[in-house]
Amino acid sequence: MKARSKRLMLVGGGVALLFAAVALVLSAFQQNLVFFHTPTEVSEGKAPTGKTFRIGGMVEDGSIQREADGVTVRFAITDTAKVIPVTYKGTLPDLFKEGKGAVVQGKLEGGVFRATEVLAKHDENYMPPEAAHAVEQAQKAAQTLSQ
Amino acid sequence: MIPELGHFALILALVLSLVQAVVPLVGAHRNSSALMAVGRPAAQGQFFFILFSYVCLTWAFIQSDFSVQLAATNSHSATPLMYKITGVWGNHEGSLLLWAMSLSLWTVAVTVFSRHLPDAFLARVLGVLGLVSAGFISFTLVTSNPFDRLLPAVAEGRDLNPLLQDPGMIIHPPLLYMGYVGFSVAFAFAIAALLSGRLDAAWARWSRPWTTIAWVFLTAGIAVGSGWAYYELGWGGWWFWDPVENASFMPWLLGTALMHSLAVTEKRGAFRSWTVLLAIGAFSLSLLGTFLVRSGVITSVHAFATDPKRGLYILALLVIVIGFSLLLYAMRANKLMGGGSFGLVSRETSLLANNVLLTVASASVLLGTLYPLFLDALGLGKISVGPPYFEAVFVPLMTPVVVLMMFGPFLRWKDDDLLAEVRRVAPAFVASVAIGVGGAWAVDHLTWRTALGLSLAAWVVLASLQLLARRLGERAGASAGSRLRSITASWWGMWLAHFGIGIFIIGVTMVGSLDRHLDVKMKEGQHAELAGYTFVFRGAVDADGPNYDAARGNIELLRDGRSLDMLTPEKRVYLAQGMPMTEASLDIGLFRDVYVSLGEQLEDGAWIVSLYYKPFISWIWAGCVLMGLGGVFAAADRRYRRLAARDAAAAVDGRAGAAA
Repeated sequence: MKARSKRLMLVGGGVALLFAAVALVLSAFQQNLVFFHTPTEVSEGKAPTGKTFRIGGMVEDGSIQREADGVTVRFAITDTAKVIPVTYKGTLPDLFKEGKGAVVQGKLEGGVFRATEVLAKHDENYMPPEAAHAVEQAQKAAQTLSQ
Repeated sequence: MIPELGHFALILALVLSLVQAVVPLVGAHRNSSALMAVGRPAAQGQFFFILFSYVCLTWAFIQSDFSVQLAATNSHSATPLMYKITGVWGNHEGSLLLWAMSLSLWTVAVTVFSRHLPDAFLARVLGVLGLVSAGFISFTLVTSNPFDRLLPAVAEGRDLNPLLQDPGMIIHPPLLYMGYVGFSVAFAFAIAALLSGRLDAAWARWSRPWTTIAWVFLTAGIAVGSGWAYYELGWGGWWFWDPVENASFMPWLLGTALMHSLAVTEKRGAFRSWTVLLAIGAFSLSLLGTFLVRSGVITSVHAFATDPKRGLYILALLVIVIGFSLLLYAMRANKLMGGGSFGLVSRETSLLANNVLLTVASASVLLGTLYPLFLDALGLGKISVGPPYFEAVFVPLMTPVVVLMMFGPFLRWKDDDLLAEVRRVAPAFVASVAIGVGGAWAVDHLTWRTALGLSLAAWVVLASLQLLARRLGERAGASAGSRLRSITASWWGMWLAHFGIGIFIIGVTMVGSLDRHLDVKMKEGQHAELAGYTFVFRGAVDADGPNYDAARGNIELLRDGRSLDMLTPEKRVYLAQGMPMTEASLDIGLFRDVYVSLGEQLEDGAWIVSLYYKPFISWIWAGCVLMGLGGVFAAADRRYRRLAARDAAAAVDGRAGAAA
């Protein structure tokens, strides 16, 4: 093999490898994006059904209920305008409390959000940005309506 | 008074860092040895003042001086002494000071261990490090002064975040920072080489041990952080693809590529421009990691108070560093051409392929970490990218890396015969696939992922053994002892680190395939079963600590009716912030961990208990230890010291020649 064709093969192989890797990354990326919706958007039907997404907001006061098995929990998440009922099976984060911010990830099934993951904040003074965002949006909408 | 002294010392350190940045660079440019000689004492003086400043801040924490804002928000008079000391870096301002101190420590190490470097080169290295240091100290002083007073003082502090009150937190941040910041040395060497236009094998050899040691620190820091997340967060996971973890993983991936690329540049003179780009990239990703973690743009345990000014400052620093480096690179690119040529089948090619894959992997983590931030910043909606994406990307990207990683060392530099080598390793390869599939079947989990993982692990182990046998067989006729001695430390380093990856893969595959988890409600006397183990709840008792109240569950672990251990998970409430915390309890074994954590107590007195069975999870960290040890061996190779002595002699001759 001549030096030139050798180099061509090397460069060609490298570029092909790079393209394959980038194609893989981008397709995996597209398939695994998790979108975020506020409770208002979910109640307006803007959230996808049968697909995993996230809701952020506050855990509604007085909404946490445990089923008899002790590990299945029902609660509601709200942006102060709309309320979405959630069920979750598993251990809740330490800082999951009524009236505090939380983000849930899961799927919407028949009007109830089945969460597979519940995230709360990491310390007392810190609110998950997604939860803060949802409440902010709802309050902005409320102000626009009252004007 | 002491905090003001600390503040003043930090200002003096900034002045010295500017001196260290400007004077030696000008000296190197004008070829003035008097100016170049300023770098060393300036760097050492700077270290003294930063250390002094750091001690002052620590003093405020130890003395519970709550007139210092930082101590008031991150310490408490009842906090154990150890956590008062580590509380200094358990916050934004203090951790920046730690960053600056790590950088200064690295710089001093360079002044001590680089006496053999030519004066002009060392001056440029110190100058670049001084610039980085000036950037960070001024950032600390302008946006995040750790010595700010709180007037009037408060009577009691708010205490350190309980998640951070843990032995793992004592060593994780310093190790990680030493790793992050260590890449600034590799970066400074690359920039100095670009400035002087001297990018040769000697430069790569000088840079190699520094890069490797920084990589060892980063590996250890990430492993300790992962271990901490495993036992402290109470979810039993060891890696979450959390943006902060990604922030440390990206420079690790690129740093790994850089180490290997430096090897080629040193041995063969090839890949020079690629090596320079990787050095710039690894350091830029370290800076980006600092930005991500410290600017509060991401939700994480590491995100402290948010202040947009801080994010902008680091972002500006990042843009300047990357922009300036790439500009310099572009100006010198014509000098980077050439180097040793190599054939299509050679060790160079396999290293190149792995470097490309590691870079793509690093870029894919970057994409998954930054894309949500971009969308959010542009107001295009909020999304998150979770573990499924990273897993979907990493398995196919890392599989060829692991296969090539073990095949590459069999190949000769420059040119080799593909068929002969493939024939040589084919038995090991076929055996690995058989072991992987058989192993997956034996543990009753015959999925392609488990089979692939076990096959890769078997391939690493078998190929490592074959490689060792071949290396030992090279000097036929010599005694076994002399054959062993003939192997260099850096070869052992390579071998150990690669072997460690095999151990790591076993851990990841087994825990990913076979872990079991059960959340269950338990009352005193009740029992639960998981993975052949019996858990009996023996009630909960009060177990209050110095700065928290706690309930401690007693859970007896049995197997086949035989008692193995009494697990004591705790549910704590830290008094200062009223913050609840889960403290898991583990029965650690060579082949499995049993992991128990307490959820909430219900009204009827029962507890929610989380039970986990984690097969082979310790192998993950054992693999990391082997990788780190490999790095230590590689950096300790005698060759560096021998050649350093030769360089030093040459430098002295050069100086004598110039004087005459």
